Amino acid sequence: MRTSRMTAQELVEACLAASTADAQITYVTEHAEANLRWAANSLTTNGAMRSRSVVVISFVDGGAGMAAGSVSRTGTPDVAELVAASERAARDAGPAEDAVPLVAEAPPGAGDWSADPAETSIEVFAEFAPALGQAFGEARDRGELLFGFAEHSMSTTYLGSSTGLRLRTDQPTGRVELNGKSPDFSRSVWSGTSTRDFRDVSVAALAADVEKKMGWSQRRIDLPAGRYETLLPPSAVSDLMIYLYWTMEARDADEGRNVFARAGGGNRIGDRLAELPLTLRSDPAYAGLEAAPFQVVPASSGSASVFDNGLAAPAIDWITDGVLTNLVRPRSWALTQTAPATVAVDNLILEDRSAAVDPAEMVAATERGLLLTTLWYIREVDPQTLLLTGLTRDGVFLVENGEVTGAVNNFRFNESPVDLLGRTVQASRTERTLPREWNDWFTRTAMPMLRVPDFNMSSVSPAS
Amino acid sequence: MPGTRSVDESFLALPLSALTDAALTRAVDLGCEHADIRVERIRTQTISLRDARPEAVTDGEDLGLAVRVVHEGTWGFAAGVVLTAAEAVRLAEEAVVVAKVSAAINTDRVELAPEPVYADATYVSDYEIDPFDVPDADKTGLLAEFSERLLAADGVEHVRASCMHVKEQKYYADTAGTRTRQQRVRIHPDLTALTVDRATGSFESMRTLAPPVGRGWEYLTGTGWDWDPELSELPELLREKTKAPSVEAGRYDLVVDPSNLWLTIHESIGHATELDRALGYEAAYAGTSFATVDKLGTLRYGSPLLQITGDRTAPHGLSTVGWDDEGVAGQEWDIVADGVLVGYQVDRNMARLRGLPRSNGCAFADSPGHVPVQRMANVSLEPTPDGPSTEEIIGGVERGIYVVGDKSWSIDMQRYNFQFTGQRFYRIEGGKLAGQLRDVAYQATTTDFWGSMSVVGGPQTYVLGGAFNCGKAQPGQAAPVSHGCPTARFDQVSILNTVQEAGR
Repeated sequence: MRTSRMTAQELVEACLAASTADAQITYVTEHAEANLRWAANSLTTNGAMRSRSVVVISFVDGGAGMAAGSVSRTGTPDVAELVAASERAARDAGPAEDAVPLVAEAPPGAGDWSADPAETSIEVFAEFAPALGQAFGEARDRGELLFGFAEHSMSTTYLGSSTGLRLRTDQPTGRVELNGKSPDFSRSVWSGTSTRDFRDVSVAALAADVEKKMGWSQRRIDLPAGRYETLLPPSAVSDLMIYLYWTMEARDADEGRNVFARAGGGNRIGDRLAELPLTLRSDPAYAGLEAAPFQVVPASSGSASVFDNGLAAPAIDWITDGVLTNLVRPRSWALTQTAPATVAVDNLILEDRSAAVDPAEMVAATERGLLLTTLWYIREVDPQTLLLTGLTRDGVFLVENGEVTGAVNNFRFNESPVDLLGRTVQASRTERTLPREWNDWFTRTAMPMLRVPDFNMSSVSPAS
Repeated sequence: MPGTRSVDESFLALPLSALTDAALTRAVDLGCEHADIRVERIRTQTISLRDARPEAVTDGEDLGLAVRVVHEGTWGFAAGVVLTAAEAVRLAEEAVVVAKVSAAINTDRVELAPEPVYADATYVSDYEIDPFDVPDADKTGLLAEFSERLLAADGVEHVRASCMHVKEQKYYADTAGTRTRQQRVRIHPDLTALTVDRATGSFESMRTLAPPVGRGWEYLTGTGWDWDPELSELPELLREKTKAPSVEAGRYDLVVDPSNLWLTIHESIGHATELDRALGYEAAYAGTSFATVDKLGTLRYGSPLLQITGDRTAPHGLSTVGWDDEGVAGQEWDIVADGVLVGYQVDRNMARLRGLPRSNGCAFADSPGHVPVQRMANVSLEPTPDGPSTEEIIGGVERGIYVVGDKSWSIDMQRYNFQFTGQRFYRIEGGKLAGQLRDVAYQATTTDFWGSMSVVGGPQTYVLGGAFNCGKAQPGQAAPVSHGCPTARFDQVSILNTVQEAGR
């Protein structure tokens, strides 16, 4: 067999055919990406990359229960060797705690198995790059510097199983970040967006947003640490909610070891977390944020199981109208808890369906408060309360009588997103946004602006 | 020094010369001033156990090649996974296309600082047992046994154990004639014990302090770390922590153990002295640095006791290499001398920009699919020759806190304001440890903190700490790096109570 000529689908079939295990799941991901990076109005790095990864998960019952072994390789590996390595890993692993029968029913929404993988190349920036060059020129004329990054990737995953699944999903992912600075770096602002194909990206609009915020930064105001009425824009909200989402593991909660554990045992499902009717949800069909409609899991953890590969990942509410409704729960843990299995989807939406204002209107309705831009270097300080620390970044603006009156120094904050939901007094209409801290891993979010009356700015950061 | 091992034959058997000839010839034909090719194979295994039962064993191998060119003064980069001469030619052509598309936004002409040619060079890191030669069942079995020891202790309700090990094989060739072959092995074992108080809903955890290192499986069996005492102490230390009083916020003298201090060095000195940050290349992402080039030679970074070196040579260091990803040999140099900023970490283009005669070898790509960027050397704090022991340093503190183990970390985008927590905090009263404290975080500004360093321990306190997952660049890349340091004392540092910070 000339393996170097094999398509992804042929590779999946060959691995399944070579199996001597009790069961097997194989998936092949074809990935293409292109990127541009720039600093101080000039290119720094760039690239066009292609890769193929092959993951073979073998399931072997040695008598004491089903065991799983997961082995991955790039390129077009030797099928017999790869399958044998996976089966050896399964035999060595011992019975898996998360063993359940493999999924046999095809989930809705999978793509065309027989079609070629999706592609991208550096040409995706054919119009973007000259427009960026023009923005550099305009920034230079204003005595300003632009920094940032643009990336587009296409991943096509073909997943097959010995139970008969043949599933395909395509995931386009794109992001642009534009950071404006004064030549001495003392003023710094940011604008960013996620995209599926770059056709909806306007460099001019991003550059105009940066120019507006650079203007707001002309007047510098020093404020001390303390609790402030704060407007968290959608990007800042997304970074806090993503961390909350990543913490929503049912097993950890049931075992008493995360913020969703209930004192006395069990979890906090049913508890009211927010006074406002805020809903946190995921939906693989959300327009503009489309994500895989089934699970693809290379390795088991408390929040996902290799046995659940191919399981449907339908739309789900995590918090409904302010009340905690679901935690992430693989089928195996669901069985031990007589609770429903739930699947984490690769997008996240927070909304107040009764919201009637836009972010700009929330600013206009603010007597005195801080308007943030993004949050940075977010890390967990105390898992008990989900206390997070981090920095404000690229624009803390003072709003007085509905107008931005200047740029304030940055702060280190210490806040729990769970507590913040409880203290939020107003939310805007939801819009698509790009997280700042987590956009390497998570780009598909839609969030409102939130008003928090007493955000904890723990200390001043001299950084800009 | 390199060990007695050689680069695995299965890697050397790849068509390295044919790929090189194909890619570099095509790049030169297309008018490139410089071209290089990297072929890498990175094997990674992660074993994780939950309560001594296997949770996941993943075994991955990333094999690919990348061509990087300088074409008319602009970078171009292309990477793929098919190891054929035809693909190498295609990648050279694609890298030139990338350079041409990018020329529209390039104004800085790329030129590389000179470096001697290493025509046929090999480096293998110093390890005894290749973790990938050990059967999975043996590795999982040892981690299960470690877990069982912790679970058997009173009060330990859950245990997480994991071990990640990596074998990185790298071939580099460039149009100047350098050809290097390298093999590095590293390992990161870690166990965390957790206790839960169901009635109050509170929980607390404690993790082993064994740092990730450039060693093989022998690290789990007694070479370079003594596991038995650490595993036997951990449950009692955890029990003591759950009963400890909550800290009173305020200013304290801190004695910081190397198991915590390495991370503070990493964040507040390691990243702050990366020249690409100081020049703004990371400005939109990882950030910039307060330690700008106009302050080189004058910035008072810390007290006169502060001696910081950068190196890519320390034995078992995670950033230790034979040559970097631009063919520059590993070196050692001063970054802070007597408390004053005197050096940066650079790559070849930045070295030329700064007028330096040579790069100090800090270019690194985390995988065949990524472009090399300036990454951290082993950045370390030098101990005081004949300096005091940890007990002696604690003995000199009237009212303070002894900080052990790293946990939470966060620092701003110019590397001024940081906040760290730890695994254990001990009250110091009258020169003696007086039990653990809970809910502690320390917060400071970089130069204030290092300026307050009043005692630096001796070589007997020195430990090489580190991390596998230092993040930088877009697309994101993870780099392993070590930081050696002794125990040190810092006067009147701000301590926060994290429960109060949460508004409780």
